Amino acid sequence: MRSLRRLLGFVRPYGMLSVLALLMLGALVVLDLAIPRLIQHIIDEGIAGNDRSVVVRTALVMLGISALSAVIAVANNALSVRVGEGVARDLREALFLRIQQFSFGNLDRQKTGQLLVRLTSDVAAVKMLTQVSLRIGTRAPLLMIGSLALMIATAPRLALAMLPLLAVTSLLLLFFVGRMEPIFRSVQQRLDAVNNVLSENIAGARLVKALVRAEHEGERFEGANEEMTLRSIKAMQIMASMTPALTMCINAGVVVVIWVGGRQAIRGELSMGQIVAFTNYLLTTMTPLVMMTMLSNVWAAGLASLGRMEEILDSTPEVVDAEDAATLPLSAPADVDFRDVSFSYGGDGTEAVLRDVTLSAAPGKTIAILGSTGAGKSTLVNLIPRFYDVSSGSLRVGGRDVRDVTQRSLVLHVGVVPQEAMLFSGTVKDNIRYGRPDASDEDVVRAARAAQAHDFVSKMPQGYDSRVEQRGGNLSGGQKQRLAIARALLVDPKILILDDSTSAVDVETETKIQRALAEAKGRTTFVVAQRISTVLDADVIVVLDKGRVVAQGTHAELMTKSAVYKEIYDSQLGGGPADDDDEARGPASGGEAS
Amino acid sequence: MTALPPGARPGQGMRPGPPVHGPVSRAKDPRGTLARLATYFADARARLAFVAAAIVLGTLLGLAGPYLMGRALDRSIAARDVDELGRFAVLMLLAFLASNALQGLSSSQMATVSQRALKKLRRDLFRHLQTLPMDFFERRPSGELMSRLTNDVDAINQAVAQNVTSLLASVLSMIGILVAMFVLDRWLALASLLVVPIMLWFTRFVAVFTRKGFKELQKHLGQLNGVMEESISGQKVVTVFRRSESVIAAFRAENERVYRAGVYANTYALLLMPLTTVLGNLFVIVLAGLGGYLALQGLVTVGVIATFLNYGQSFVNPLRQLSNLYNTLQAAIAGAERVFEIMDAASEPDDAPAARALPAVRGEVRFENVTFGYRPGTTVLQDMSLEAKPGQMIALVGPTGAGKTTIINLLTRFYEIGGGTIRIDGTDIRDLKKSDLRRKLGLVLQDTYLFGTTVMENIRYGRLDATDEDVYRAARMADADTFIRQLPHGYQTVLSERAGNLSQGQRQLLAIARTLLAEPSILILDEATSSVDTRTEARIQKSLLGLMEGRTSFVIAHRLSTIRDADQVLVIDGGRIVERGTHEELLLRRGVYHHLYTSQFKGHAI
Repeated sequence: MRSLRRLLGFVRPYGMLSVLALLMLGALVVLDLAIPRLIQHIIDEGIAGNDRSVVVRTALVMLGISALSAVIAVANNALSVRVGEGVARDLREALFLRIQQFSFGNLDRQKTGQLLVRLTSDVAAVKMLTQVSLRIGTRAPLLMIGSLALMIATAPRLALAMLPLLAVTSLLLLFFVGRMEPIFRSVQQRLDAVNNVLSENIAGARLVKALVRAEHEGERFEGANEEMTLRSIKAMQIMASMTPALTMCINAGVVVVIWVGGRQAIRGELSMGQIVAFTNYLLTTMTPLVMMTMLSNVWAAGLASLGRMEEILDSTPEVVDAEDAATLPLSAPADVDFRDVSFSYGGDGTEAVLRDVTLSAAPGKTIAILGSTGAGKSTLVNLIPRFYDVSSGSLRVGGRDVRDVTQRSLVLHVGVVPQEAMLFSGTVKDNIRYGRPDASDEDVVRAARAAQAHDFVSKMPQGYDSRVEQRGGNLSGGQKQRLAIARALLVDPKILILDDSTSAVDVETETKIQRALAEAKGRTTFVVAQRISTVLDADVIVVLDKGRVVAQGTHAELMTKSAVYKEIYDSQLGGGPADDDDEARGPASGGEAS
Repeated sequence: MTALPPGARPGQGMRPGPPVHGPVSRAKDPRGTLARLATYFADARARLAFVAAAIVLGTLLGLAGPYLMGRALDRSIAARDVDELGRFAVLMLLAFLASNALQGLSSSQMATVSQRALKKLRRDLFRHLQTLPMDFFERRPSGELMSRLTNDVDAINQAVAQNVTSLLASVLSMIGILVAMFVLDRWLALASLLVVPIMLWFTRFVAVFTRKGFKELQKHLGQLNGVMEESISGQKVVTVFRRSESVIAAFRAENERVYRAGVYANTYALLLMPLTTVLGNLFVIVLAGLGGYLALQGLVTVGVIATFLNYGQSFVNPLRQLSNLYNTLQAAIAGAERVFEIMDAASEPDDAPAARALPAVRGEVRFENVTFGYRPGTTVLQDMSLEAKPGQMIALVGPTGAGKTTIINLLTRFYEIGGGTIRIDGTDIRDLKKSDLRRKLGLVLQDTYLFGTTVMENIRYGRLDATDEDVYRAARMADADTFIRQLPHGYQTVLSERAGNLSQGQRQLLAIARTLLAEPSILILDEATSSVDTRTEARIQKSLLGLMEGRTSFVIAHRLSTIRDADQVLVIDGGRIVERGTHEELLLRRGVYHHLYTSQFKGHAI
């Protein structure tokens, strides 16, 4: 019900159109219902009264009615399509804007695919619901009610005889509508299970082959397949019995009319025309009856989709600007200060990823974060641009608590190169310019040079105007990372965060990138790294272990005072990568020129 | 299975990878496809005959009802014969009951038949999919393949499940009604036929605009989806670079275009429904007007008019359905064609007829002059020879694209070699059963694949009959036990795309545990520890070394700690082995390996 009220909110901008559409629908129903009445007139006055002019006149009136209803039907159609498409457009926009406001925490909990389903299939289902409501969905019940009323008006005693039949029909209808929704839901669930096995076997084909699990997987699939088949058969059998059952109700009605009405006619209480009109009304109710049961599916699907959308529309962004948030001035110094920062992804009760982290970075310094997988390195740096809010403690950038300034102004100070380089479809140049669309070509090339991307970009067929496919599909991991670095450098941020962003770049190139980065004076740099060779020259090396800072200092200091650091160092001692780039995994990913 | 008509699908199954891109809306060979689809119904011939008979009988009985009604009106009521009226009423009731019962019975039988056939189709498709070579999967994005398969099978389902029976019933009842109408009254029947051309013309008219509109709509929807997908998957970057406004502007522009295209396309498409109702009314009006006129001449009775009016409803409905049916059938045939295309894609080569089972493996692996290219005309490996003695550890080193992973792809027979021989314990691997061969090889790959089940089941996947204890032991050996126990539900934690919240490194550890559990004879590690931090790696290394003890192992690695322990280091470049020897020997040689090694540590004396 709450969902429906929400839907009404989206229909409201099209209120006038909707009301007009509904009025037209009403007019259509009146016209539809007039026809059996006029046929009765032809039979009783024309044929029985032997009056040709009545027949001709009535037929002409009916033709006129038919033409009029054609015009109204076209108009109703045009209006309801506009309302439906408009609601779909507005829903998409509302969802999209909401997703745009999501902070990282919200996004972590949603799969991109799921969000896209909300924006596509679910929107389509709600559109269907809206359109249907403005068309058949309303027309069908109106026709039924109208027919009933006219049956009573035509022959009240005969109509009375229909009452038990009406009761049976209603019960049947309720029965089927009640049965259909759950059975269709369970068919959908089984279908999902089948598709799940299928998709696992496509995405994990290599594993299934390597472990020779084809037979096992075949059995799994067969199990899911059989389950789904059984449910589908059951669902279809219900459908198969529904249409004849409802048709039988109407048919029985016709028999009753002939039997009861016929006897009345024999007694002279009813005319032939009345009987014919009455059966016509009965038939008029039949089509909408069957249709409405079908529509119950549309309704159920639309409401379910609406509910799923609401989850998105009602979720609030986790990170929002304070009401009195100030702008972080461009002149603010580039220092970063963590004080007793703790953080956990799921809020209270879940395990803390960071515990009591205190560290500070003076402007112009390079801070390296080192630690094992899951130690909280990425989390730590993601707090700086306030992608997540600290659970306790405080974080200051440029002397201001990040929660006191607008995120827009904060992000302007902080350049982030994430571990997974996300590129967009467009040209190489567009991608590098992403953070500063008005940058000149010289600036683009300069940034690319510093990121050691210029050489390979120049070798591409169209240089900087070469196309980058969606998500950088035609580039190797190392190339994507270098473009992502160039993109961040072009913005010339005061604080630069490299979150393991050279992991796919070979050490030689990485060294060159570091040298180029070192030329920028006054920039505070955070480097998250796995390789010790990456961090040796940092001003401060911070060693994280299970969310705690276990040591900080320079390489020389840590070698003497930190056992953990020494252990990491020793594990990589002389153990630099001999081959640390992305090996082509087969023909599919061999994007790099060979 | 029935044979296809000769030449129905020329060349299918011969091409290595049929092009699958782009929406193919129309079937190339509808007849051949239908014939092949029909083979899935072959088992159910008897049932289908029953269904057909039930439909014919049901339809005829359905037509008898209105006829009896007309007779009752004309004869009993006009003659004031209550007894006869009663008899007619009973007859009508019986006819309707039988008709509806038969219709229900035939649809429900058809449901069973069609779902069983579809089940078989899905099973065949899945089984065939499993026999396809890795190449097939690597050529296509898995998402695309997946959506194609589900959509195509669904399209077949739509048509088969709902439409075939209703098509038959519709056509039959149309024919029946026509015959009955001509029997009852020629002129009324002719007049009723007038509606048919109007209806057909109208359907065509709508179809033309609808098709144009939907093509346009599809195009814009595609663009909108592109914009949405890219901005949602890249939203973190959008935030970082403050590009929300431009993203929203791009979205709004596309969204508006979709709205316009949608209004256009649907204004036409949805016109069919209300206007056919109006046409149905027109039909009734023609009947009433003309019928009235004829009745005045005494040519027709009121009962006949009533019967016609009744038939009218059942005559227009099938017409309306037919246009829908046509589209659904088109989609189904096109879908079936693509499904069959996949089922015709060449499988992995079968085992040789004399293929042997592989007994206990000592672990001697030899590549003799192996040549290979992923596509004809390209060469990735050239004349490569190598030998691993039982229990040896071989490290493969070299730059990107050198062919290291390819060596592994060939050893596992994911791909078949172009020339030369690969032997295990002296036997050509092409003479071994593929399943046997793979069972002896333990692979840990760079990109780990985990299933959406529990951690426990994921590890157990390495050996299905392993006990829980075995799983714990494997996890401990892979150094995964600690973090698994910290997960919300420990070993029973269900993994999912993101919710599992496993890091890449943790996923690797699970994969390693899975392989450890399988107890392979030959171990293959393809950058298995590349995403694990060095401390963890050092710990895994210990258990891996234990595992390698006595087992031949191939390791593609970039960390020296691994390479130094190798019995042989093979430096691969441009598809050839350019240097081989132990770490120390190769350093002394001051060649490619020496350069690779020293370039990593420039400026950092170690």
